This record gives sequence, structure tokens and C-alpha cells, in this order.
Amino acid sequence: MNPTTETTHTSPDGVFHRLGPLSEIPIGEARAYAAAGQQIAVFRLRSGRLQATDASCPHAGGPLADGQTDETIVICPLHSNTFDLATGTSPSGAPPLTCYPIRVSDDGIIEVAVGQY
Amino acid sequence: MTTITSMPAQRQPTEPPRQHLVVIGNGMAGVRTIEEILTRGGASLFDITVFGDEPYGNYNRILLSNVLAGIEDEKEIFLNPLDWYRSNGIRLHAGVRVTRIDRYAKAVFAADGTAVGYDKLMIATGSRAFIPPIDGVYQPDGGLTPGVFAFRTLDDCRQMIAAARGHRAAVVIGGGLLGLEAARGLQNHGLDVHLLHAAPTLMNAQLDAEAGQILRRGVEALGITVHTLAMTTAVLGDDAVVGVTLADGTHIPADMVVIAAGIRPNSELGAHAGLDVERAIVVDDQMRAVDDPDIYVVGECAQHRGEVYGLVAPLWEQAIVLADHVTGTNPAATYHGSKIATKLKVAGVDVTSMGLKEPEHADDEIVRFVEPKHGVYKSIVIRDGKLVGATLLGDVRKAAFLIQAFDRGLPLPEARLEMLFDLGTPPEAVGAAELADDTQVCNCNGVTKASLVACVTSGQKTVSGVMATTRAGKGCGSCKTLVAQIVEWAAGGAVERDESADWYVPAIPMDKPTLITALRERELRSVSAVFDALAPGGQEDAGSKMALTSLLRTVWGRDYIDERDARFINDRVHANIQKDGTFSVVPQIAGGVTTPAQLRRIADVADKYNIPMVKITGGQRIDLLGVRKEDLPKVWSDLDMPSGYAYGKSFRTVKTCVGLEFCRYGLGDSTALGIAIEKRFQGLESPAKLKLAVTGCPRNCAEALVKDLGAVAIEGGQWQIYVGGAAGAHVRKGDLLATVDTPEQVITLTGRFLQYYRENAKWLERTYSFVPRLGIDKIRAIVVGDSDGIAADLDARMQQAIDAYTDPWLEGRDPATPGQFQTSLPLVELPKVPMR
Repeated sequence: MNPTTETTHTSPDGVFHRLGPLSEIPIGEARAYAAAGQQIAVFRLRSGRLQATDASCPHAGGPLADGQTDETIVICPLHSNTFDLATGTSPSGAPPLTCYPIRVSDDGIIEVAVGQY
Repeated sequence: MTTITSMPAQRQPTEPPRQHLVVIGNGMAGVRTIEEILTRGGASLFDITVFGDEPYGNYNRILLSNVLAGIEDEKEIFLNPLDWYRSNGIRLHAGVRVTRIDRYAKAVFAADGTAVGYDKLMIATGSRAFIPPIDGVYQPDGGLTPGVFAFRTLDDCRQMIAAARGHRAAVVIGGGLLGLEAARGLQNHGLDVHLLHAAPTLMNAQLDAEAGQILRRGVEALGITVHTLAMTTAVLGDDAVVGVTLADGTHIPADMVVIAAGIRPNSELGAHAGLDVERAIVVDDQMRAVDDPDIYVVGECAQHRGEVYGLVAPLWEQAIVLADHVTGTNPAATYHGSKIATKLKVAGVDVTSMGLKEPEHADDEIVRFVEPKHGVYKSIVIRDGKLVGATLLGDVRKAAFLIQAFDRGLPLPEARLEMLFDLGTPPEAVGAAELADDTQVCNCNGVTKASLVACVTSGQKTVSGVMATTRAGKGCGSCKTLVAQIVEWAAGGAVERDESADWYVPAIPMDKPTLITALRERELRSVSAVFDALAPGGQEDAGSKMALTSLLRTVWGRDYIDERDARFINDRVHANIQKDGTFSVVPQIAGGVTTPAQLRRIADVADKYNIPMVKITGGQRIDLLGVRKEDLPKVWSDLDMPSGYAYGKSFRTVKTCVGLEFCRYGLGDSTALGIAIEKRFQGLESPAKLKLAVTGCPRNCAEALVKDLGAVAIEGGQWQIYVGGAAGAHVRKGDLLATVDTPEQVITLTGRFLQYYRENAKWLERTYSFVPRLGIDKIRAIVVGDSDGIAADLDARMQQAIDAYTDPWLEGRDPATPGQFQTSLPLVELPKVPMR
């Protein structure tokens, strides 16, 4: 279960990177992956919605996949900065996160569009 | 014949017709009320016209004494420039005096011939200086004799400053607050000042005789000559003042006389209009004149329930009620009168006074401290356990605490002396007002007083709103009380009641007892079930999850339904997250007593996993820092020791001294008791972390007096139990809960106190806040005396919680979720903390 393993897959939306099976992420939690040299946090919200953002907090590098979430925000575990999962903006005033397009393939694999598209 | 003008009709036909609100008085009361009306959408309800007697915009009258003293420029005291009136569509008639109100025609008439009709009228005419009957004060034409000044308006102030330049000696008549400030101000201009006061002591309205004497010495030390029992009978001189004569025949030469003998409400307009006037215009609880529902009265010209206020704080409260009512925002708004506390610097001496200056009833308690040589005077008056009066002179460090206790009727410490001095109690030393602007208030997030004040000024008027915007108080939380004080101070008493302040979590509108009842009645056992059932719209909230998890575990113990996403990361992986995303591992070393075998194992683990730092903690344990998340299960397995819970809002550790076994002073077996307590209550979740200590004699080597709970062995085989101590961000000596005869009793009372705390403390409220909030007497009555009859239930629920304990580190063998110990920063090189 090495999180840095990845394969790529081109689609009309850009380059989608296959990160791993959706079943690896418990509901309401997040896991971090590496894709195209980027650290990506994937959030599986309680509603079933998926969101992908940068994995580290722009404030002091906190691991956002270890943060707590609801349908709207993630709270960084280090200093409690908050980020909107859909837009990446920070209501607590930290610099914004980048958000990435995300989908699940027919065979249940999470795919995120990173880099050139 | 004047014609009554109507307001310009520029509005759209679809808008509801606006009413005409006319305000008589452009002072602090009138304009503040207009501001309150505007914030309630008043601009769409009213066309507003203001008449002001003085030819200026609105200024802060309180600061006139600073202008006189040369501390502030007059430009700095203006509150609302003329632009403000224009941009809010307010018609200002500055320098125009209203001479008559016609209630039947609903119109006001001004001295310049203006006449304006009104739908609602607001009288805010304030007060004027009271000029006592003294020969020679007035000239035949009715004006004051040249060289005689009242001290009330900006014009008075300007004329006094101009006169001070050409004069040498001044007499100030009146030894109250205003007189003292005038005397100090004139002295700053280099005049030789005599202060004449008719009563035996200065500021006799606020201070008792002894305090008045001490203030007098302070004033005299500044070089002002004070005459008490001095009745001025005549001002001498025809065209220019040459001195005054007193009733006892004394003659005091002076070329300038300032009269500061009190104020009188300007209530004549109301009286002539047939309104009920006693000392001022009589109003009801909605600030309306009692005989006319369309006329409101606010400020110094209003008399409410027999009181006429001459200070600014009540005015803010009146303005809010008036605005709520006149705009219909809250038709039920009522004003109940104000409790007055003043805190000022009078002629260089700090004075705080509130409520009674002396006891009134035989059973009123009074506590006084007098140190005339250093100019210090402190007294408090207590009735039925509540503070009803206080006076501080010279040393006002306890003012913030006393004002709060007076205002809110807080429970008072049994040791009354603590109200006058800091005796190792939480420091109330620095009140919000005295803090310098650049003082860092929140040391975690680097928030200064100035940024809090700026946030309030920009319109954020709730404590939680300011905390959310500035992030103050969002770190360790130890500054929350001070943040709240600063917000209240900055809002000038206009802080909005923050209903959510009492809620256990932000997402659910219930306080903790209500929430616990709901959880039990509706059998809510998981965090998602709580959101579904109790949160508005079933909305989940990330910031509420951790606190709800803790509460559900407290309420349900073993029967709680675990949802991992509702836990904070520390509680998901049973270790404390560090700045680089690694974790710290602290195994349990109960009572701080370890063995060579344990130490060897710890050393081997540190070597094997390249642990960058091994540190002895303050809680007598060993901390392995910089452990990678993915190594946690292996580290635990190799350590083969239970978790020390150094990461949770939970029971953590019991510090002990060596006690009986080796120490030659030991009176009780502190290590055995400490180990027993730690083993019994290990891992217990609680509103905030719990750090305990047991010490074998009153030398207190284990620092039991500054722990959440500390037990101290004393002579005779007994144990003292202290609760609510702290030695972290706050320093507080614990309160003595009980003295008991056996270690078993210590364990029983510890369990009962901890359970009571678990069920009643707010989320993240440490015992050092919880214990003083409830009062040690109440806690002792419940926990030791079983006054509420709940002791057996508390003990039973604590036993359930203890029975539900499992060592979380066993999860290392069998992870609770997929990827539980997978890194969340896959590319970052570790470790980052330098090796030692």
C-alpha cells in the first residue's frame, strides 16, 4: 500500500492520475497521495462527495489529511486554520490551497487531475 | 407666522412612507442614539433632523478636561464630523437652539425661526453647568462676569485656555470630579490654583471621608491649594475678577474663577411642553416621556425610575433600548436602570468607585485597607454575598475584577482579602483599559490589543466573532478571559450578547447539561447521530466533532459508537502530532516510578527507530519525539507499555515525590497512592487535560498545590486534597477540597470530583477556571457533603467509565481503519527536528 505508486491516464479534461482504491479512505477521513511530484490530500466527505487539495497547509506545512472535516471545510491539525474544500480559500486568513478535479473510475480507483491540462 | 416645512419628497412611490424623526440635542446621547437607530435600518424608516445648540459636529465632552490640560488637541475629540451627517442623509441645524415644542401640532420651533414637524421626537438636551448663587458672578446684562467661567462646553474650554495665558491665579469652585480636573488642567497652564469645596472632603459623592482625605493629600502634593468647608459668598471685582470671599471672611486673590459646582438637566423644553418633569424629564422603561408616546428622552435630561445619570455608560444602554423600540427591532426592549462603576484618573490619582461608598445596613460587610502615606485606599461593601460597592484609590489593580463582580453579581471569594489584593489568585492585575495597544494578548497566534480593538471598531461586536476573525484565543485558549474583557471594553459596553457563548459546541444550540439530557433521552450514541438529531438543518460541523466525541464517551462509556472522523488526529493515532507531522510517544510510567528493564526497552526503541529526541517530561515521564506515523504500531509493540495519554483531552499523569520509602521527611506513601490513582483513572476522557500529583509531606516536592488535583500527606496520617491548581499559562494555587484520613478516601473523592468536572465543565475548560467559576464551597458541598444527593450516581458513572478502559495502543496490532498509520505528507523528508 505504497501511496506514491501512481499511473496516469489522459482524458478530455487533462491528465488524470490514478491514486488508489476509494475503499482505502474511510468515510469522513482523508488520505494523502503523491502524484506528478505534488502532495495531494483526498477527502471523502460523509455525504460521499470527494474533494482533492494540496496536502500541506500553506501556513506552516501541517498535514491536512490529518485534519477534521465537514461538508464545507477542513481544519488543519497544527494551528486550526480552516480551508474551504471546494474553493481552497481560507476563512481563517491563511493563503489559499489549490483544489484539483477528482473522479472515481469504473473500477473504483480515485483519479485526480494534476499539472498540465 | 412661521410655516411648518415638510421634508423633501424624493422617495420612490413604492417605498413605505418614512416618518420624520426630530432630535433636539447634538451631544453624545443624541448622536449615539441616532447611530444605534441607523444600525437597525433606521435610514429606511426615518428622515432625521438634528438641532444642536453648539455650532459644531458632535464631540466627546468627557475629553474636554484633557483638552484643557493640553493632553489632547480639540480636533481629536470630535466624534462625528459634518460629513457624517451628510453621508447619512441627516439634516443638521448646528448652533440653532430649539425654543418650543408644540405637542398638539407635533412641531418644534427654533430661535432662528425654523419650524419643523415631527412624527417622533427625541429630546437629548443634556445638562448645563450649575452656577450657585454667589454675589458678583453675573453682570447686570445676565452674562458671567469677565474672568468667571463655567466648565461645560467646548467654547467654555477654549475661553479658559485663552484666559489662562494672561492670568496668574485661579480659583476653582467645586471639589467634585469636574472641579478636580479643571484645577489640574489650569495648573498645567502654569497658574497658581486654589480649589474651594463646600463639603468637608473631596469627591464626597463617590468617596467616604477617609478616602476623600487621602485624595486631598494627593492633590495637594501636586501643588494645588485645597480649601474644604469653603462656602464662596462673593466674586470680587467689577470689570475683571480680583478674588473671592468665603463665608468665614477669608479673602483669596485670583484673576480667574472657574465654577464646577455640578450640573443641572436641561429639562425646561419638556416642562414647557407639559411633560412630567421632576429632577429631569420622567421616562418609562422604553425611554418615552410618560405622558407622550411619540416623545423619547435620552441621556442626562432623562429621569428613569428616580435616577438621573450624569455619566456616559448608562447613556449607551439607554440608546440601545430607545433604538430597539423606535425602530420596532425589539418592541419589548426595556431599560432597567444602570449600575454605575467609574474608573478615572483624577488630578493624577487613580480612582475607581462603584455602588455604595459605605455600608447602609447593620449586616452589610465592609472590608477596608488604608495606607495614607502611600495614598492607597481600598474598601468593598458586601451584602448577602454580593458586591454592592467598592472604592479604590491609588492602587486600582483589582478594578477589573471588582467591576465585573459588581456588574454581574459574581460569587465572591471566601477570603475577602483576595478581592483587594492578589494573593496568588489568577491575576486581574491589568485591566483591559490599561493594557498598551501593542501588548500581545494571544501569545499563540500573535494578536495584539490593537488588532482586537480594530476588529471591534470595524463592527464585530461579539466575543466569539472577534475570536473567529482575529484567531485570538484559538491557540491554548488561556487568554480567552482577557480577550473577552478587551472586546467588552472596546465595545464600550455595547458588546452584543453572544447566545452561543453558553453552548457546549458551536453547531448545537444547547448548553452542556441540556445536551447531556438530550443525548440520554434520545439515545444518541454517535457524533453523526447527534448532528442529524440536534444540529440546525442536520448540518455537521468540523469544529464541533472533537468536543462531541469526548462528551459521548463520557456519557456512554463502552456503549459509545465510534466514528473515527469525529476524532482529532491525536485520538485517531494515539500520539501527539508535532510541527513536522511526526508524533510524540509517551508510555505510561505510573507515578513516575520506572525500572531498569523499562528504561532499557525505551533506549532500544529509540535506537531502532532513529528517534531524534528523547526527553524527560514535566510529568515525570519519557517522551519519544519525532516518531513517524507509520512507525507508531511497531514502536508501541516494541515498548510493550500502555499509552501514557500525553496527547488527549484526558487524564494524563500523576506526579509523585518519593514519599515514605526513602525520604526522611515523608509522612504518607505518595508513590503508592500516585500509582494507584494513575492506574485507576488512566486514559479517562475529560473536558480538558488533567494533571495530578501526590506528595508525601507539606514540602510539596511534587507540586501538588498547582495541579488539577493534588493530594498532600500531612502529620497524623491525613491527606489534604487540593483542586483547581495550575502552573502553566495560568498560575493558580489549588483550593482545599477536603482533608481525609485514608488513601482510599483520597481515591474516592478524586473519582467523584473528576466525574463532576467531566459532567459539568465546558469543553476545554481547565479545572483552574471551572473551580473558581462554580466556587470551591459549592463543589465541596456537592462532592464531599453530597448536598445534591448525587454522590452515589457520580461514583457509579465513574466506575462505568473506568470499566470501559482499554489500552488504545493495542490498535497497533489491528488498525481500526484502512491506512490508519499511513503518512499524510508522503514526500516530505523526515525527520526534520535535529538529532541530539
